[in-house]
Amino acid sequence: MEKRQQQKEATPVIYLKPSKGWLSIDFNELWRYRELIYFLTWRDIKVRYKQAVLGIAWALLQPVLTVLIFTVVFGVLLQTPSQGLPYPLFAISALLPWQLFANALQRSSISLVGNANLITKIYFPRLAIPLSSVMAALVDFGVSFFVLIGMMVYYRYLPGWNLLWLPVIILFALLTALAVGLWLSAINVQYRDVQHMVPFIVQVWMYASPIVYPIEIIPAGIWRTLYGLNPMVGVIQSYRWALLGGDQPDATMLISIVVVIFLLVSGVYYFRRMEKTFADIV
Amino acid sequence: MSEIAIRVENISKQYRIGVLQERPDTLRDLLTTKAQRAGRWIKRGGASQYEGPAHIWALKDISFEVERGQVLGIVGRNGAGKSTLLKVLSRVTDPTLGFGEIHGRVGSLLEVGTGFHPELSGRENIYLNGAILGMRREEIDRKFDEIVEFSEVGKFIDTPVKRFSSGMYLRLAFAVAAHLEPEILVVDEVLAVGDAEFQRKCLGKMSDVAQEGRTVLFVSHNMSAVLRLTQETIVLDQGKMVMRAPTPEAVDHYLNMGLTKQGERFWSGEDFINQKAPFVPVALRVLNLTGQVVDTVNAAEGFSIELVYQLTEDITGLRVGIYMMTTRGEFVFTSFDTDDPQLYQQYTVRTQGRYISRCRIPSNLMNEGRYVLGVNASVYRIQRFFQDDKALTFTVDATGAPGMQWPEPRLGPVRPKLEWKIGKVER
Repeated sequence: MEKRQQQKEATPVIYLKPSKGWLSIDFNELWRYRELIYFLTWRDIKVRYKQAVLGIAWALLQPVLTVLIFTVVFGVLLQTPSQGLPYPLFAISALLPWQLFANALQRSSISLVGNANLITKIYFPRLAIPLSSVMAALVDFGVSFFVLIGMMVYYRYLPGWNLLWLPVIILFALLTALAVGLWLSAINVQYRDVQHMVPFIVQVWMYASPIVYPIEIIPAGIWRTLYGLNPMVGVIQSYRWALLGGDQPDATMLISIVVVIFLLVSGVYYFRRMEKTFADIV
Repeated sequence: MSEIAIRVENISKQYRIGVLQERPDTLRDLLTTKAQRAGRWIKRGGASQYEGPAHIWALKDISFEVERGQVLGIVGRNGAGKSTLLKVLSRVTDPTLGFGEIHGRVGSLLEVGTGFHPELSGRENIYLNGAILGMRREEIDRKFDEIVEFSEVGKFIDTPVKRFSSGMYLRLAFAVAAHLEPEILVVDEVLAVGDAEFQRKCLGKMSDVAQEGRTVLFVSHNMSAVLRLTQETIVLDQGKMVMRAPTPEAVDHYLNMGLTKQGERFWSGEDFINQKAPFVPVALRVLNLTGQVVDTVNAAEGFSIELVYQLTEDITGLRVGIYMMTTRGEFVFTSFDTDDPQLYQQYTVRTQGRYISRCRIPSNLMNEGRYVLGVNASVYRIQRFFQDDKALTFTVDATGAPGMQWPEPRLGPVRPKLEWKIGKVER
């Protein structure tokens, strides 16, 4: 009863008015809706593996099959250098953060349109939708991480203390995906061209990142600096470093961080500006 | 306790129409239209963006207040702006102009089952849908059994809802939504689901909600539900608020809107779908004693109703009739032109041509009020050629009717002159 009373006194007042200008994130509100983000993430994962015989095992199979292909084509046939690592290990250590990124990007960019029925009927912070798509990708990543562990055991690689950096690097990969995903999902609400473009963006981006080849292939100097504009270069390099050792991430990592911060902040503002119209045009 | 729950001032919402041509769906379109628009804008000298025929006001200058604990009905025809208003109030979309304030959390029931996923089980959907509607997890845990019981899907609760019958699906969806506990509940047309028994249950739940002192905005096309649940109602028409009144009055007003006046109704080709039907209605009229077409007739004098129609081929067994209804949709009577066995024999076959079926409504039958006439032309159990349940409305005036010495309104649609005898019983 007392609790009731308190609730009544704290009746929130919501103001309805035409939206103007740029809005920042309301973190309090996002926090209040954390359970919604959780349930949307949970739904995405659940639905993805429903009625599939292998279920969540697909999250293991996909990286395994991809590494197999890469190893045959790039490792065996093309004899691509791999920083002195066994090629499969070299590939998987880049493939995991890449698939996390690509998955998160693909899911988030179509997420708003895919949830149009919710957006047009019910109010909640719209950021919850791309956020939960990115989170869902993280679950897949967690599962496929076992592939990496298995391969490290097989090749007898023991990670060093650099491993402690891993959570930070994974977070960075997620933020990168979120930054781009915010932009693309908001644009996709009005221009469905985006969802046709995304597969190509992902493909081009993959070859523009040091996944199947080592970064040394890119000439040092100005080219390497330009290459660093791709934030996934920093992610993949540091991820490999954290797990398998080798050269420490250099100044390219700094460029990547700056690029991601820029994309993320602008993405959030663009998203917040557009979200008021989502229900009307989706 | 007259706290304000909702207050809106001059809320307006504008949409662009001709969306298909106007809206740039691809980037290329965007670039060309942006260029064109820039050109136009420069020509106009930078006029306001709210001009031009390509825009429509879905809501215009809506202002009202709702007190805490009040149940307010919102009625209006399709496209009147009801759903847009609810969307603005539940913050799904922003108003274009105006201002509003809402005291308390808003829970919306805009179409039940929003956010249900067909692949997930009933149990999973309860949690998902609950979260989408704004319930906390422990709240759902607490109410879970109650929800399942209310929905009557019991043993199927772990079956994917795609295997549910549509009735089960809707019952479950409504059950989740009905167990929301926001301070303000916005309900749009949820009672259109399920069988009669379930509808009754839904209505019961709705009035429970209202009695708990929560504010409810109730949108429906079901006038009897609106009458039962609300005391006051807003009538919307073409985005404007045309009336706010006690519900019976507002409902009468709504039902009369858009019905033709003048005691006469004509049909043109587009009004009926079955254009190949051999029965073509032409006009329906209400006539007074002197044969004039009028909107208001006198109950004490009686009046006539006539239907003019064209038969494009011979029809066997045709009957043409009227329904008399109150504006609330209650039937007063039904009558057909071949009710009389003699006429029935005489018009077994109606040859093609133009006809008038006219009936006389006796004096001292109808009570005062506004009535709706429906028309039906059919061959019993074989074919219905034409039906229009709201063909015409007219007013009955009770001057000179029985009992007019007491100026109180009489209940009931009929006001017959009955023969009374009064005798003193001697002991």
